[in-house]
Amino acid sequence: MYRYDAIDREFLTDRSNEFRHQVARRLAGELTEDQFKPLRLMNGLYLQLHAYMLRVAIPYGSLNSRQVRRLAWIGRTYDKGYGHFTTRQNLQFHWIKLKDVPDILDAMAEVDLHAIQTSGNCIRNVTADPYAGATAEEIDDPRVWSEILRQWSTLHPEFSFLPRKFKIAVTGALTDRAAVKTHDIGLFLRKGREGEIGFEVVVGGGQGRTPYIAQTIRSYLPSEHLLSYVEAILRVYNRHGRRDNIYKARIKILVAALGIEEFTRQVEEEWGKINAERADLPAAEQARIRAAFAQPNFETLPAVSEAFEAARAASPALQRFVRNNVKPHKVPGYTIVEVSLKAIGQTPGDATADQLDVVADLGERYSLDDIRVTHAQNLVLPHVKLDDLPAVHAALEAAGLATANIDLASDIIACPGLDYCALANARAIPIAQDIAKTFADPDRAEKIGELKIKISGCINACGHHHVAHIGILGVDKKGEEFYQLSLGGSGAEDASIGKILGPGLSAEKVAPAIDALVETYLHIRTGGERFLDTYRRVGLEPFKEAVYAQAD
Amino acid sequence: MPKLIKLIGDASGPNFGAEWAEDGFVHVGDDDALPEGDVILSLARFQAEGEILLSNSRRVGVRIEPDQEVEALAYDLPHLSVVALSFPKYRDGRAYTSARLLRERLGFTGEVRAVGDVLQEQAGFMVRCGFDAFEPNDGATPEAWTKAAHRFRHVYQRAADSRRVAFEERAV
Ligand code: HEM
Ligand code: SF4
Repeated sequence: MYRYDAIDREFLTDRSNEFRHQVARRLAGELTEDQFKPLRLMNGLYLQLHAYMLRVAIPYGSLNSRQVRRLAWIGRTYDKGYGHFTTRQNLQFHWIKLKDVPDILDAMAEVDLHAIQTSGNCIRNVTADPYAGATAEEIDDPRVWSEILRQWSTLHPEFSFLPRKFKIAVTGALTDRAAVKTHDIGLFLRKGREGEIGFEVVVGGGQGRTPYIAQTIRSYLPSEHLLSYVEAILRVYNRHGRRDNIYKARIKILVAALGIEEFTRQVEEEWGKINAERADLPAAEQARIRAAFAQPNFETLPAVSEAFEAARAASPALQRFVRNNVKPHKVPGYTIVEVSLKAIGQTPGDATADQLDVVADLGERYSLDDIRVTHAQNLVLPHVKLDDLPAVHAALEAAGLATANIDLASDIIACPGLDYCALANARAIPIAQDIAKTFADPDRAEKIGELKIKISGCINACGHHHVAHIGILGVDKKGEEFYQLSLGGSGAEDASIGKILGPGLSAEKVAPAIDALVETYLHIRTGGERFLDTYRRVGLEPFKEAVYAQAD
Repeated sequence: MPKLIKLIGDASGPNFGAEWAEDGFVHVGDDDALPEGDVILSLARFQAEGEILLSNSRRVGVRIEPDQEVEALAYDLPHLSVVALSFPKYRDGRAYTSARLLRERLGFTGEVRAVGDVLQEQAGFMVRCGFDAFEPNDGATPEAWTKAAHRFRHVYQRAADSRRVAFEERAV
């Protein structure tokens, strides 16, 4: 894992001193809320319905145990004993007091954590495949490139006042676990003809009120030119992105307006003018960062663990957990373990301070001190030995963290919605809880198979509803909360935008409607079709009928 | 009343700072009568009247709005003393790109001045992009400006200034 050096640490100290000074000026009344707002936003501090919200950056969703313990401590000391993981692999504290923020930032800086660029019209925290360095599918480790981008984009002098926020995601695997095509820039690591490493670069993805799937701007970019190429894209965007209307300011709108061919032409022309020798990262620094992600010392283990096989044979719960939450690791005798933050009836993505401490302990003891956050608001222990799996499972179970539902119907993504968010039209969390209860029977959930349900409390789409197999959008209809369903979206490698099913439903009708959709699917699916595959084969009609015939 | 702050010293050197400067230039609107002395004009007026002005013995500056491309000045830059880049709102970040292009691509060595909604919170970004003169909009003093511009001991990316980047510091 990347370790901060003295330079990275002094940088964070300077940042936190700067903000302490600004908070002091605000508390003394020297700054009005209007003047203070852009300053606090640069430090990830939002003002929400009930309190300040602090968004902590988790670069490429990667944490060590010390950092997780510190987040737990902050949750306990300054929040109501928990934190909320977001779809951008970040963590939010929803109940923060302004006067505490400088101390919180200092406490974070001690363990190399910060809130830089978690809001504002800048290059936001870079996200990546949470299985990086653990999955055999990988062409190269996306964390190397994410860290390079993190440093390069940190307080970037030219690109800190873009038309709108800017999000970059990287993956090295063919399976897309980072929703790469929903980002402003998406980077897929690719092998060149001679085995060298490069990127397929996609641009103009985004959600919000006008969702777009990103399009390819370059099918192969030699990896050493990553920074100059990204600079070219950002410069074209900074100059030509719309600034007259915040709803049309994202790069997706520019790409759509110009067309991908013309946008590509402009970027390539700009790239041709950039002095790549100055703009690209020197090879020595790239090597230094790469070394930080060198493969840890995995033990040489047999591919089959007797201890694990014995425990599994004796425990149906462990069997279920393995079927759903345990994924293949690149090294024999190891596995990737997903920790679900979607226990039935819980708020998706919330983790209590005590749970975070448990995950920190397990990560330290059993996963080479490595813990990841997924965009689906779950956690990952990426390097668990098969031998240790029974112990890890037992500890997770004791902490209420062993729900065996990864990618199943109750593994729902939901934004904070009207329970916390000042922009919300409708609640999202209680809807998620209702639906999870509907699919609480684990046998039935497994029979249904992969089903990605995602809920946003308004059209900003923080809950990724556009790219859900079943998307749910909260709308306001004359002061009443309504929910619009859409089908057939995907945020994965087969990315697509969902289609609206029909008129909105009132809150209590949402879970039964989802149930009807699922029953329809179960009746008409063939072979190993997932819900999404069936929908893509048969279209909206049968589903529409099921919901609206049932609704009244 | 001086209200112009200018940088002194090299951005990466020990004597870097900022001071009040006598502003010899007058901002001239498109419909204003042309005064004596040194002037800063809009791009349109410069394109219409620039040739005559440059042949007078006065110094000339051009004010570029965010939606105008600094490349339009490419051939005139050797004759210009000032390029003033305008920030209609501090949030409009296009002038940062314009400044870098002036310095790094077009090789402009004259004054690059920030005008409009110019706030000390942005001093660091502006200095790094190649601005060396400022008309602050928030009452900032040169002392405050210097402090704000150098709040961070380290920077992570190359820009138009000469500061050593984190990876260069690490390499020694
Ligand atoms: C509670 C405070 C929050 C506020 C005020 C907020 C605000 C917004 C707004 C205004 C947008 C639309 C931006 C645009 O279309 O240009 C947006 C998009 C988004 N937000 Fe949030 N958000 C909040 C919380 C969250 C949370 C908790 C998550 C994760 C669960 C999240 C993840 C996202 C994502 C993934 C997008 C879509 C980005 C895109 O358009 O590509 N946000 N948010
Ligand atoms: S989708 Fe809307 S309601 Fe949900 S967090 Fe984003 S802005 Fe708030």
